Amino acid sequence: MNDANQAAYGQTDPGRRWVNLLLGSGLVASIATFLYPAIRYIIPTEVAESTSRSVVAAKVTELKLNTGKIFKFGSKPALLIHSVAGDWKAFSAVCTHLNCTVQYRADRHDIWCACHNGVYDLSGRNVSGPPPRPLEEFEAHVQGEDVVVTRNA
Amino acid sequence: MYRLAIFASIVLAGPTLVVAQSPSDSCTKCHLALESEKAGPAQKFATDVHHDVGLSCADCHGGDPHEESMEAMSPAKGFRGAPKKPQIPQFCARCHSDTTFMHRFDPRVRVDQLSQYLTSVHGKRLKQGDTKVAACVDCHGVHDILRVSDTRSPVYPMNVATTCAHCHADAEHMKGYGIPTDQVENYEKSVHAQMLAQGDTSAPTCTTCHGNHGATPPGVRSVVNVCGTCHVFFEQLFNNSPHRPVFAAMGLPGCVQCHSNHAVVKPSDDWVGTGPNSVCMGCHAEGDKGFEASRKIAGDLAKLQTELARAGETLSTAEHSGMEVSTPKVGLTNANEALVKARVNVHTFNEADVRKFTDQGVEISQKAYQAGVAALHERDARRKGLGVSLIFIVLTISGLYLKIRLMESRPSPSSGPQASGE
Amino acid sequence: MPNLYRHILAWLDERFGTGSVEEFLRHKTVPQHRHSIWYFFGGMTLFLFVVQVLTGILLLLYYRPTPNDAYESVQYIVTQVRFGWLIRSVHSWSANLMVFTAFVHMFSVYFLKAYRKPRELTWITGMLLLFITMGFGFSGYLLPWNTLAFFATKVGTEMAGAVPFVGKWMLTFLRGGEEVTGATLTRFFGFHIAVLPGLATTLLAIHLLLVQHLGMSVPPGVERAIAEGREQARSMPFFPNFLLRDIIGWYAALGVLGALAAIFPWELGAKADPFTSAPAGIRPEWYFLFMFQALKLLPPKILFLEGEFAGLLGFSLAAAVWVVVPFLDHRAGFGRVTRFFTGLGVFVLGFMGVMSLLALR
Repeated sequence: MNDANQAAYGQTDPGRRWVNLLLGSGLVASIATFLYPAIRYIIPTEVAESTSRSVVAAKVTELKLNTGKIFKFGSKPALLIHSVAGDWKAFSAVCTHLNCTVQYRADRHDIWCACHNGVYDLSGRNVSGPPPRPLEEFEAHVQGEDVVVTRNA
Repeated sequence: MYRLAIFASIVLAGPTLVVAQSPSDSCTKCHLALESEKAGPAQKFATDVHHDVGLSCADCHGGDPHEESMEAMSPAKGFRGAPKKPQIPQFCARCHSDTTFMHRFDPRVRVDQLSQYLTSVHGKRLKQGDTKVAACVDCHGVHDILRVSDTRSPVYPMNVATTCAHCHADAEHMKGYGIPTDQVENYEKSVHAQMLAQGDTSAPTCTTCHGNHGATPPGVRSVVNVCGTCHVFFEQLFNNSPHRPVFAAMGLPGCVQCHSNHAVVKPSDDWVGTGPNSVCMGCHAEGDKGFEASRKIAGDLAKLQTELARAGETLSTAEHSGMEVSTPKVGLTNANEALVKARVNVHTFNEADVRKFTDQGVEISQKAYQAGVAALHERDARRKGLGVSLIFIVLTISGLYLKIRLMESRPSPSSGPQASGE
Repeated sequence: MPNLYRHILAWLDERFGTGSVEEFLRHKTVPQHRHSIWYFFGGMTLFLFVVQVLTGILLLLYYRPTPNDAYESVQYIVTQVRFGWLIRSVHSWSANLMVFTAFVHMFSVYFLKAYRKPRELTWITGMLLLFITMGFGFSGYLLPWNTLAFFATKVGTEMAGAVPFVGKWMLTFLRGGEEVTGATLTRFFGFHIAVLPGLATTLLAIHLLLVQHLGMSVPPGVERAIAEGREQARSMPFFPNFLLRDIIGWYAALGVLGALAAIFPWELGAKADPFTSAPAGIRPEWYFLFMFQALKLLPPKILFLEGEFAGLLGFSLAAAVWVVVPFLDHRAGFGRVTRFFTGLGVFVLGFMGVMSLLALR
C-alpha cells in the first residue's frame, strides 16, 4: 500500500480494484458500526443519573400535614408520609404479607394494607392483621424544596 | 425493670414470705439426701419460676422449714402435703387467684385462671371426678415450672401443640370421650403451624382459638367469630353474604366448612369453580345460581392468572435480555394486588364483586404485557443492528482474505511466501 | 494522493526518524511452519487488551465506585445509557476471551519451547502479564457490586488470610479493612483502572520490544528439520502479510464479541447485601476454578500446615517454578526437548482441566 508499484498495479488489475473497493468499503462501514454505538454512548441520556439510591419523592409543598404519597423507588413502590407532628417518614410500600401496596390512613394515623386489613404503625411496625414483618424504612429528609428519600446503606 | 419490681415486692412482702435458700430450709436439706423419687422435686425446684421469685417448698406445701426434725412436716405446723389431682386447681389458686398477693410479683399478672378453668371442659370433668383430664400441672409441669415466655416452657406458643397432643393425640387416653385424636396431626399441615414454625409467635396455635385455661371448642355458631378475630375482612364479607343465613339455618359452621378446622391449608384458586377440587360443589350443582356464580368467579380468576403469567413471562424475558422494564414491573405488582383483592372478594360469593378486581388486574397486566413486547422488539432491533455490523465485518474479512491472496499470488521480492536464508 | 502521503512521511521522518520504523517493518518477518497458527494468539490477546482499554474508558464515564452507587450505576449503564448494554457486555466478554487467549498463548509458548535462550525475559514478562490479567479479572469482578461478586471476593481474599504471619496484614491490605466493604470496592477500583493498567502497559512495552528485538522463535523440531535439510525455512513479511491475517482474526473476534453481547448479555444479578447469607453455588470466575476446587479438595491439615495454606504454598511454588522454567530447562537452549518439561506441561494442563471440570460438576 505504501508501495508505488503496488498502487500502479492496483490500477491496472480490475480484480485488484474490486478487492480494494470491497476491503475499503467494508472497513469504513464496519468501523462506522463500531463508532456509532460508542458515540451514542457518550452522549448523555435524558435520565441524567442513576437514581436508585435516593430519589426526590415529593415537593415539600405537595404534601399537607397528615397525608401520604406513593412514589416509585427503584422498581418498587414506596410510601412518603408527612405526619401530624410535621416530620417526614418513608417506607417501602410493599406489604410484607402478600406484596400489596400499603397506604396512609389519615383518620387513624397508621399505615394500612387494603388487601387483608394489615396495619402498621408510623415506625413501620406490623401492629395487627396478617403482616409478618415490619415495613422496610427509608430515610426521608428535606433538601430545599424537595423531600429526598434515601435507602439506608 | 421487671426483676427489680419483683425484688422490691419481695422485700416489701416481709414476714408473709419465707425466703428460699435460707440456711435453715430443712425441706431441701433432707429431701436431697433421700432416694430419687423423693429427692426429685427438691432437685427440679432450682429451675422453677417460683424458686426464682424467692418462694420455697413450704410456701406451697406448708410445714416449717426451720424445724430440723420430721416435726417440720406435721399438720400442726401447717403442712399440706402434695394435693390429689382434683385439688390441684385450688392448690395453685390459693396464690394465683389472690390479686393482692400476685400483684406483688407482677402488677399486670392475670388472676382469673381458676374461674376460667372451671368453665372449661377440663374443669367441669375434673369436678365430676374424671382425673384423666388436664389440670394446671399437666400443661405447666410441676416443680420445674417455667414462665410462659421461656422458650423451654411447655406452654410457650411453639410448644403448645405438642403439649396438647400429649393427651389429645393419644387414642388410648382419649378412649371414651368420643372426639377425634388427629387434631394436632391436622394442625401441623396448616398455614398456622407453618407460620409458627417460621418463628412468628403470633401465629395461632391450639389455645388461640380454644382458649387456654377456659379450653372449650368454639362451637359451630361461634366459629366465624373465632376466625374473624384475626381474619376481620373475611368475617365481614361472609357475614354480609347470602351464605351466612343459609349456613345458620342448616346448622353448618362458617369458615371451617370450606377451610377445615385444624388442617387450614393454603387455599388455591381451584377451590372455587366447578372442578373436582371445588368446595362449592359440595352443596351446589349444575343448574343452580351458586353453580353459575362459582363458574364465573373461577373463570375470572383464571383469566387474570393467565394474563399475569403472560405479562410476567414477557417482562422477565425482556429483563433477562438486558432491557429496562422496571416501570411495567411496578405495574405488575398492582395487578398482583388486584388478584389478591379478587381472592379476598371471593368470600362475598358474588361474581360482580370479584370481577371488579379481576378486570382491573387484567387491564394492568395487558399494559405490562405490551410494554414487555415493546422491550422485546427493541431487543430484536439490537440483534438486527448486530446483524448489520456482522455483515460489514464479514465483508471486511473477505476483503482482507482476497487481498492477501492477490498479494501473495504476485511474485515479488518484498512480499509473498519466500525462502529465507536464516 | 500518494505524493501527499510521501510528503507527510518525509516530514515525520525528519522529526521522529520514522524511517527506521518503516525500515524495521520492511525487514520483520514471521517464520512459517506447521505451528505458525500459535503466533496469532499473542496478537489476539493484545487486541483484546486494547478492546478492554477502550470499553473500560467508556464505562468509566458513568461508573461510580461506591457501595451505594456501584450497582445502581452499572444498572444505569445497562438500562438507561444508549448502547450501555453493549459496552458493558463487550467489556465482560472480552475480558474472559482475553484470559482465554492469554492462557493459549502461554501454553503454546511453553510447549513449543519458545521460552528458551535468549527469550527468557520475554517469557518472564509474559508470565507477569498473565498474572496481571488474572488480577484484572479478580478486581474487575467485584466492581458491579452484585451478590455473586461480593461473596466470591470475600472467599478469594479470605485465602490470603490463611498465610501465616503476614496473612492478616495481606487480608487487611486487600480488603482495606477487616471485611469486604466499600473500602474494598474503591481499592479494587484503584487497582483495576490505575495500578494494573500502569503495570500492564510497562510490562507489555518490554514484552513487545523483546519480541521485536529477538524475532519470533522457531520450535526446536522445525529448527532441527531445517538444519537437517528435511524442511525448507520459510517466512512471511510481518507487514503487511502477517498483519493482514492478524486483522482478520481481530475482526472475527469483534464479530464474536458483538454477537455474545447481543445474544448473551452479561447478567448483572442482584445487588450485594453484606447481611444476607452467601447464596448457594458461589464460584469464582472460570479461570480461578482450578485453584478453588483444588483448595476445596485438600484435607484441613497437611503435616503441620493448615490445608488451605499448604495449597496456596503449593500454587505459589508451582507458579514460581513456571516463571523460571527457561532457567531450569537449559537443555532447551541447545534446541533439545526434555521429555520431563513437556510431561510437566501436559500434567499442569490436565490438572487445570480436571479441577475446573470437577468444580463445574
